[in-house]
Amino acid sequence: MHIPNRRFDTLIIGAGGGGLRAALQLSSADAHVAVVSKVFPTRSHTVAAQGGVNAALANVRPDNWHWHMFDTVKGSDYLGDQDAIEYMCRAAPQAVYELEHFGVPFSRLDDGRIYQRQFGGQSMNFGGEQAARTCAAADRTGHAILHSLYQQNIRAKTHFFDEFFAIDLIRDAEGCLLGALVMEIASGELLLIQAKTTLLATGGAGQLFRTNTNALINTGDGMAMALRAGIPLQDMEFFQFHPTGIAGKGMLITEGARGEGGYLVNAEGARFMERYAAHAKDLASRDVVSRAIATEIREGRGCGEHRDHVLLKLDHLGTETVHKRLPAVCDMVGTFLGTDPAETPIPVAPTAHYTMGGIPTNRFAQVIIPEQQGPEEPVPGLYAAGECACVSVHGANRLGGNSLLDILVFGRAAANHIVDFLKENRYHRPLPDDAVEQGMARLARWEQKGEGESVDTLRTELALVMEENCGVFRTEEVLSAGLDKVTALAGRLADVRLRDHSAVFNTARIEALELENLMDVALATVASALQRQESRGAHSRIDYPERDDVHWLKHSLYDRTTRTVDYKPVRTKPITVNSFPPKERVY
Amino acid sequence: MKFSIYRYNPEQDTAPWMQDLVLDDSRIRPDMMLLDALLLLKAQDETLSFRRSCGEGVCGSDGMNINGRNGLACITPLASLGTPVTVRPLPGMPVIRDLIVDFEPFYRQYRAVSPYLINNDPVPEVERRQSPQQREQLDGLYECILCACCSTACPSFWWNPDKFLGPAALLQSARFMADSRDQATDERLAELEGPFRLFRCHTIMNCVEVCPKGLNPTRAIGRIKELMVKRSI
Repeated sequence: MHIPNRRFDTLIIGAGGGGLRAALQLSSADAHVAVVSKVFPTRSHTVAAQGGVNAALANVRPDNWHWHMFDTVKGSDYLGDQDAIEYMCRAAPQAVYELEHFGVPFSRLDDGRIYQRQFGGQSMNFGGEQAARTCAAADRTGHAILHSLYQQNIRAKTHFFDEFFAIDLIRDAEGCLLGALVMEIASGELLLIQAKTTLLATGGAGQLFRTNTNALINTGDGMAMALRAGIPLQDMEFFQFHPTGIAGKGMLITEGARGEGGYLVNAEGARFMERYAAHAKDLASRDVVSRAIATEIREGRGCGEHRDHVLLKLDHLGTETVHKRLPAVCDMVGTFLGTDPAETPIPVAPTAHYTMGGIPTNRFAQVIIPEQQGPEEPVPGLYAAGECACVSVHGANRLGGNSLLDILVFGRAAANHIVDFLKENRYHRPLPDDAVEQGMARLARWEQKGEGESVDTLRTELALVMEENCGVFRTEEVLSAGLDKVTALAGRLADVRLRDHSAVFNTARIEALELENLMDVALATVASALQRQESRGAHSRIDYPERDDVHWLKHSLYDRTTRTVDYKPVRTKPITVNSFPPKERVY
Repeated sequence: MKFSIYRYNPEQDTAPWMQDLVLDDSRIRPDMMLLDALLLLKAQDETLSFRRSCGEGVCGSDGMNINGRNGLACITPLASLGTPVTVRPLPGMPVIRDLIVDFEPFYRQYRAVSPYLINNDPVPEVERRQSPQQREQLDGLYECILCACCSTACPSFWWNPDKFLGPAALLQSARFMADSRDQATDERLAELEGPFRLFRCHTIMNCVEVCPKGLNPTRAIGRIKELMVKRSI
């Protein structure tokens, strides 16, 4: 079978904020870039980010990057790599100013500067009073950023392969990355994209869980491709549950709602966050607030007929503030609940939201794996940025407003490193004879006809298992049952059959490939969670309720072939400043 | 609940056809959206093809023609729809398969308006200042999600999809003209001269009627026309 071949300097897989920021940087540097995305770029999940992007601009209150760094290290429950965190926080103001220059319609202060709101886990002076660090375009910041970045890429004439699905990466015997096999969804035709450098920017895997805030496209495709290319996944046990998804439905209500003065109440009408975080209250870190809500519900103080949620109150803020600052939340609540948040509190519950773990990278966005020379050797030609990567700036718990920052800073960092790499690697390496074999086998498997379970059946069961066995609170018993169940599901995957074998825009085939990806990522998540015998950030073990820095201040690395978890040290040494040593984490 | 859904698979069908489908009432919750129902129908028959992603009306993937009116399946309540619910692809666009249309004519017109900020001043070290009042001029313009519900509801766009830019692209054009940071209003206006690109808008206002984000392309087009008049004096 002849597969057409195209050559580029750089292949970027994923056209969310991370991929587009990198593409813009590379196109502007006259690199020959291809962006492959399974959806049209502005449909990427960055579009759904609401609250904003963190940067110590000090437009509203005093601020500096070092305070931001402290908050991020503390927020990560000390699992974040402090060199990467320092780099990100220092780069943040520049990253935001660049966005403004690209045309992002930020909300403004009276003096014309960018509006900044309060978000959870933010402080002045290393743990002092609440900071206001989150730069916002109303509550549509992700939409504003994604569209502006796409628009600038139109201007820069970036080459897009819209609605192409990446099947597998191509790696040669020396371990170098050579590109990927991709499929045009509209025609079902294959294309081999050969590239000197490849950037994975494929986003997270929120579809692992039944109730989640994520788009249906968030199926961990890049993470699974990395696993299949022999790259381990790092810190997958840390999955963020956002405190305020609409109860039972999952749609996100931005932390900005609490940043603007909203607060949570239980069935007794009590403002319960005071008991869990005396100082920061409703603006404590997300893991803290989610656990507090889950505890209120477990102890019978949940609201509603099933006592399964709490209420987010905004009705005391005045209609004008609520409608002006949170217009998209008002729209969404109106659509899905038929109420006005300025008048009626919103039922909310912790909802699967963000994959802290991912493909291990350093602060240049180079993918790094354990090899002969140590635990962090770069894979030549391979980069990863954004939610699919684990750089690790979020550690065990991500702060609100740091994910948009992550994609901007490390999308750009990847591009800058790629430009240097291209100077020293001017030619495409030869393709091995078996370059597309793995990808072709993956596709051939789904051509089998006959009786078998459906993709939908397995996907539904998987999401339910993950929700029940890998949720906010975890124990050895629940997790090992979860691992057994996911392993059994992974076994059944071989017997799943497609009914639709057509070539043209076959969405069933895409969903089958996505299910395979989800299954690999699910195994990584549960296996890593079972191994980690402590509570840290979003990973909360009832049987090991304390953080254990002696044994567990380390990153986990899940390997697909052996289905085992290995570990590597946390980079506690920043680039220029003193390290923040682990302390008790109080908000 | 009964559905009548447009089906077309170019590998099998010589012509499009309408398929009657039934979703058992026991599977329908009162707060369901049309997308939820389509996903259940797809679970019964995986060949049914449509785009979808965010499920909350911000990504713009699942625009379709629902009981004769363009809208997003994910924010259209089932309870608001008369049965059988008739679902067709967005009108006037080439159909690739079932409810999936080829958006290229739509995207081409979007790209044609130079949909990006143009400012040739030296880049400042910090943000460019913009007062809250200047920023307010962008409200109702920047929120577009490119779902194409408006342009594919516009008779002028149906007749001249290659020459008339359509409401979505013109809304973008207006968005940059309204931005105090943009310096290319003259060039943008010059690009819109002629009988077709802008002036095929006959203020039919279908775009306003169907926009799932509550935007008003007709008003934006009116503003462009005002600027054009001012420029010509």
